[in-house]
Amino acid sequence: MAKIIVITSGKGGVGKTTTSAAFAAGLALRGFRTVVIDFDIGLRNLDLIMGCERRVVYDFINVIKGEANLKQALIKDKRIDNLFILPASQTRDKDALTLEGVQKVLDELQSDYDYVICDSPAGIERGAYLAMYFADHAIVVTNPEVSSVRDSDRMLGILASKSRRSEQKLDPIKEHLLLTRYSVNRVERGDMLSVDDVLEILAIPLLGVIPESQAVLRASNSGVPVTLDGESDAGQAYIDAVGRFLGEDLPHRFIKPAKKGFLKRLFGSKEGAAA
Amino acid sequence: MSLLNYIFRNKPKNTASLAKERLQIIVSHERTTRSGPDYLPMLQRELIQVIAKYVDIDQDQVKVELERSGNCSILELNITLPDHITAEVD
Repeated sequence: MAKIIVITSGKGGVGKTTTSAAFAAGLALRGFRTVVIDFDIGLRNLDLIMGCERRVVYDFINVIKGEANLKQALIKDKRIDNLFILPASQTRDKDALTLEGVQKVLDELQSDYDYVICDSPAGIERGAYLAMYFADHAIVVTNPEVSSVRDSDRMLGILASKSRRSEQKLDPIKEHLLLTRYSVNRVERGDMLSVDDVLEILAIPLLGVIPESQAVLRASNSGVPVTLDGESDAGQAYIDAVGRFLGEDLPHRFIKPAKKGFLKRLFGSKEGAAA
Repeated sequence: MSLLNYIFRNKPKNTASLAKERLQIIVSHERTTRSGPDYLPMLQRELIQVIAKYVDIDQDQVKVELERSGNCSILELNITLPDHITAEVD
């Protein structure tokens, strides 16, 4: 039985698709059979972030409508074994995404995969609702910024009341906080909410902190999940987060400032200026 | 320039703590309305309408809150009346 993980946030642009790609790649690298589904009907982008945009033939809606079968629509990643992508359709007909349709596709994936990752669209409309409805785990992607934190809290309320698990009175969805675009320097200066601030407000377990990193844009430019850039801070942070998700006890590496020498402190650093 | 900044640096205004404070207030407010029953917003609107029929008040002068303690709920209605109420006799 596959575990279903939704990557959600409420707010747009906080890093849901980046996280979906990175997390799916991370799980597949650990040897788990993983499929990642784009629920952003009409605005598909996961294919681009995963670098398989030119290999899309059939999509999620085609499968739901019975115009193609799952095998035809799933795209196998060329770099990582065990990793598959189910792209969203570009159709504007959002009504094509139905609860029964989603359930059918998830049921079919359950037996063949270890993890099904649902990349939720922004907002709290149908796509976002269906992406989280069947989830066992929710990774709530949050930026240390007021609107993102508020929307995440809103999303937590929805996860607790509108999901299959809540409606059927099963164990609740396991919630995990992933704080992204974190800048230690700005937190130090008092210009950005700290990890502890966000944890105090949202009060859910911390899965990881992904530092604001140039590696993320580089990865999306080249269509490579950032997890594959193991040299980069963001890549390492995602690898750690996957480890923690799998139950490993790993220290958080990117929440303390790097120690600066006397001269660097005196004359400032380029990194500080850019952040 | 960096050197001067370092020496004459103004005490930075901590905007992060301001953000945290504002978030704590709005999030706790939204959590109470979220956990309330579905009819609460409607009840709130209609109560305000009824009161406005008799007294000239603004929407934000009426506070409707539902508090739960144990297995009973308390509906609290808090109305701030304007300073001078002219008696209307018809």
